[in-house]
Amino acid sequence: MLRLNCPYCGVRDETEFVFGGPSHVARPGFEVDDKTWTSYLFSRENPAGTHLERWGHVYGCGRWFNVARDTRTHEVLQTYVMGAPPPDSTDA
Amino acid sequence: MQRYSALSLAWHALRGNRHWQPAWRDAKPRTGYEVVVIGGGGHGLATAYYLAKKHGIRNVAVLERGAIGLGNSGRNTQVVRSNYFYPASSSFYDHSLKLYEGLSHELNFNVMLSQRGVLNLGHSEHEMEMLRRWCNAIRMNGIDSEMLTREEIKRLAPPLNLDGRYPVLGGFIQRRAGICRHDAVVWGYARGASALGVDIVQNCEVTGFDVFGNRVRGVSTPQGLISANRVVMSVAGYSSALGKLAALKLPITTMALQAMVTEPVKPVLNTMVISGLVHAYVSQSDRGEIVIGGGADAYNSYAQRGGLPQMRSVLGAVVELFPSFSRLKLMRQWAGRVDITPDTSPLMGLTPVEGLFINCGWGTGGYKAIPAGGDTMAQTIATGKPHPLIAGFSLNRFRTGALVDEGAAAGVAH
Repeated sequence: MLRLNCPYCGVRDETEFVFGGPSHVARPGFEVDDKTWTSYLFSRENPAGTHLERWGHVYGCGRWFNVARDTRTHEVLQTYVMGAPPPDSTDA
Repeated sequence: MQRYSALSLAWHALRGNRHWQPAWRDAKPRTGYEVVVIGGGGHGLATAYYLAKKHGIRNVAVLERGAIGLGNSGRNTQVVRSNYFYPASSSFYDHSLKLYEGLSHELNFNVMLSQRGVLNLGHSEHEMEMLRRWCNAIRMNGIDSEMLTREEIKRLAPPLNLDGRYPVLGGFIQRRAGICRHDAVVWGYARGASALGVDIVQNCEVTGFDVFGNRVRGVSTPQGLISANRVVMSVAGYSSALGKLAALKLPITTMALQAMVTEPVKPVLNTMVISGLVHAYVSQSDRGEIVIGGGADAYNSYAQRGGLPQMRSVLGAVVELFPSFSRLKLMRQWAGRVDITPDTSPLMGLTPVEGLFINCGWGTGGYKAIPAGGDTMAQTIATGKPHPLIAGFSLNRFRTGALVDEGAAAGVAH
């Protein structure tokens, strides 16, 4: 069971949250080639290490935030609000 | 290679079983090969076997980071079936099931294939309509499949509770589907490949690719550089990390898929039962354990460890379907690293790097694909052109949009 620190509510069990996939994926403009668009839609960093991801506190305050988590150990390294820059110390 | 038979069994027993040879040769890596296969799971070993057997390419190494068969090949629930919806999937998976049907003879190794059927349950009128559509699609693809009534299901699986929280209205079954011993598949292919001259190298991690221009020339390992003009990546959940070493960014997400077994009991269930709605599946192993699986955990994971919430959801569904199982103790629970693609279909064939091939994206269902994965990848590597059965599973489909959105890959809507 993961324990996530919601920036608005504090530490809660994983069952209160929903996983929302990778964070900081920037949508390219409309004038892009197929390769860039394909990469945006489908390619993933999928690191064995620090993963920056979105979680929604759906059974709590209902707000979304970011989590930096190690995919090898499931250790939660940091949680931070939407719009904040990603933490520096990533080995992803 | 020592051939196995009833006669050899008796002969060795009379001599106190002291003269069995190892089933395969644990090799040291040489400095170069015609083909290097990265990953000593079922797919990698089968690829090496068919390269040697069908294409005469015997100068092959299988490089495995740990010991063979300890990744997803040893962590699955042993299900083999070909009840897929789309023609591209069903023709591929039925080729695989046909190879499984002849595998014990092909490899001279008893893989204990038991075609006890795989039964998919429907819990509402709407779901029954979808099952009829799915069942008909399978039959249109030339594969056996039949709808069953409640009464037929009751006779087939007596411990199943038909009137639970989600009542069972009917279902469909593929009778040729079943289970097959996974360790035997790995060892059978390893033994067959080794006998044909393939080097199986354990504890040899690939740490980089030697790429010149846009052409692969070999791989680097802690044991030194190993040259090869053709290299295939067959590493399931680690495909993204390995692909990154060749500057490939893949449409893969690695997640944990868990499975569990109970203590062994007397035979109670002689078929495999899947419910897509509550997302759980159940079979009984030859040893008597109830083997249980369900959906993948929700988030990215390389930990080979499943979380409690997913386990609770699967077990809750199982005890509702089979109330008598609620008294059984769980003996083991484990997880594999599954490599999930956006359309849940595999990723096979050529890559943008010349000479570098890929076989991954099996997600939650790679075990059933081992023989066909090996067979088609071997031909693809030998000829340099995708085997017709895997042409639809190329990396290119994400650019062209020709996805094979196979929710049936796990028998559930993804």
